[in-house]
Amino acid sequence: MTTTARKTALYDEHVAAGARMVDFGGWDMPLHYGSQKEEHHAVRRHAGVFDVSHMTIVDVEGARARDFLRRLLANDVARLTVPGKALYSCMLNESGGVIDDLIVYFFTPERYRLVVNAATRDKDLAWIGEQAAAFDVRVTERPELAMLAVQGPEARRLASAILPAACRDDAMALKPFFGIDAGDWFVARTGYTGEDGFEIVMPEGAAAAAWRALLDAGVAPCGLAARDTLRLEAAMNLYGNDMDEETSPLEAGLGWTIAFEPADRDFIGRRAVEAVKADPDRRRFVGLLLEDKGVLRGHQRVVVEGIGDGETTSGGFAPTLERSIALARLPAGDYDRARVDIRGKLLEVRIVSTPFVRNGEVRIDL
Amino acid sequence: MTELPGDLEYTDEHEWLRREEDGSVTVGITDHAQAALGDLVYVELPEVDQELEVGGEMAVVESVKAASDVYAPVGGTVLEVNDELADDPEKINADPYGDGWIVRIRPEDLDDVKLMSPEEYQALLDELDD
Repeated sequence: MTTTARKTALYDEHVAAGARMVDFGGWDMPLHYGSQKEEHHAVRRHAGVFDVSHMTIVDVEGARARDFLRRLLANDVARLTVPGKALYSCMLNESGGVIDDLIVYFFTPERYRLVVNAATRDKDLAWIGEQAAAFDVRVTERPELAMLAVQGPEARRLASAILPAACRDDAMALKPFFGIDAGDWFVARTGYTGEDGFEIVMPEGAAAAAWRALLDAGVAPCGLAARDTLRLEAAMNLYGNDMDEETSPLEAGLGWTIAFEPADRDFIGRRAVEAVKADPDRRRFVGLLLEDKGVLRGHQRVVVEGIGDGETTSGGFAPTLERSIALARLPAGDYDRARVDIRGKLLEVRIVSTPFVRNGEVRIDL
Repeated sequence: MTELPGDLEYTDEHEWLRREEDGSVTVGITDHAQAALGDLVYVELPEVDQELEVGGEMAVVESVKAASDVYAPVGGTVLEVNDELADDPEKINADPYGDGWIVRIRPEDLDDVKLMSPEEYQALLDELDD
């Protein structure tokens, strides 16, 4: 273990809860607290809490904040008109590859908040700063804030007790994909698990008490390992696995996040993604269900009989399904079966619609 | 820290080996190995009668997150595999030195094989912890 890894404000809490710590994007983070499967089930059936303080919070403010983000992001923040509303978007380079995916929260046309990935922090901040130069905006990282994701069918009810009284009622009334701020606290009904819940931003100094109160209320501490199987079942992309700077969002299942209308909005990467959109040979991005025993993993070869090869981008054993699933980028064509090369054996997979699981329910035929 | 069974020998690949009275050896992975892997979901076993080379790939254990090869600590012939692991791989998590055994091998030459005593293996684990 390197000594240079950064620690969140909850590091001591993780160790006290028995976490196995690992390096993740330069951060010393909990992988699990004993059983990642039990943590996964806790989120699907009850409630779990993740320390996501390693994620990078960036506030964008200024008279032209809206113009700036309409240029920076492939989705269109002009769609955000109600304060607190969130939008998922890719940030593209000029060649239409994905620099990062992020969530942007709208407060006013002069004030937005971005939450970007931890592992991409440095390049994201450099890119955002570079693009911001042409606009009159202030870009401020907020490393002094901690963030907890409380997820599961009981999550909001159990989390309400830790919220500041000033915003508790309004937070409980939030619709999905909306957030509300109160001073340095910010509560959003968002997440990365396919379950209901909150993501709660707070001052670092408040994090340990909030964490302990959640655990005392029966919320299970959950690590990065469960976070990965939960997001995979929900078919939510993981940056660096399912897409990267060499990948078009249109070949990563993210076409729905690109706002091509209005046609005169000149977002970065527009011309490149338009070319991919017009390409009849662009690759499919699909969900796979393994019909044999075994475990799918990311970056295994997928063979489509008579058409060509593709690749799994993420894969694993899905605890809710008790089956193995993957996301995969495959050659264009009309087919619903393929085979995956697992240690030299070609095993049968079926292409299924995603998500695999949503709100505790299995959404595919097993 | 769990105690290491004193009647077993160990490898630096975190496998254990028990010399049975009939001259065969039973092999599994250590408690340290199962804990590092986490919840096991799939085990790929060798075939009975398959010839194993020392240090060669013998089985694959897959947890929710990762796949890991299990290497043959001795060369020889596979006498028996733990078929129950096919439906219940978590036996390895629950009882790595007992119900979670993986294969029984008829070894060809046990004298040349480098194995560790419980004390030596414990020292290796202590080193990993540092």
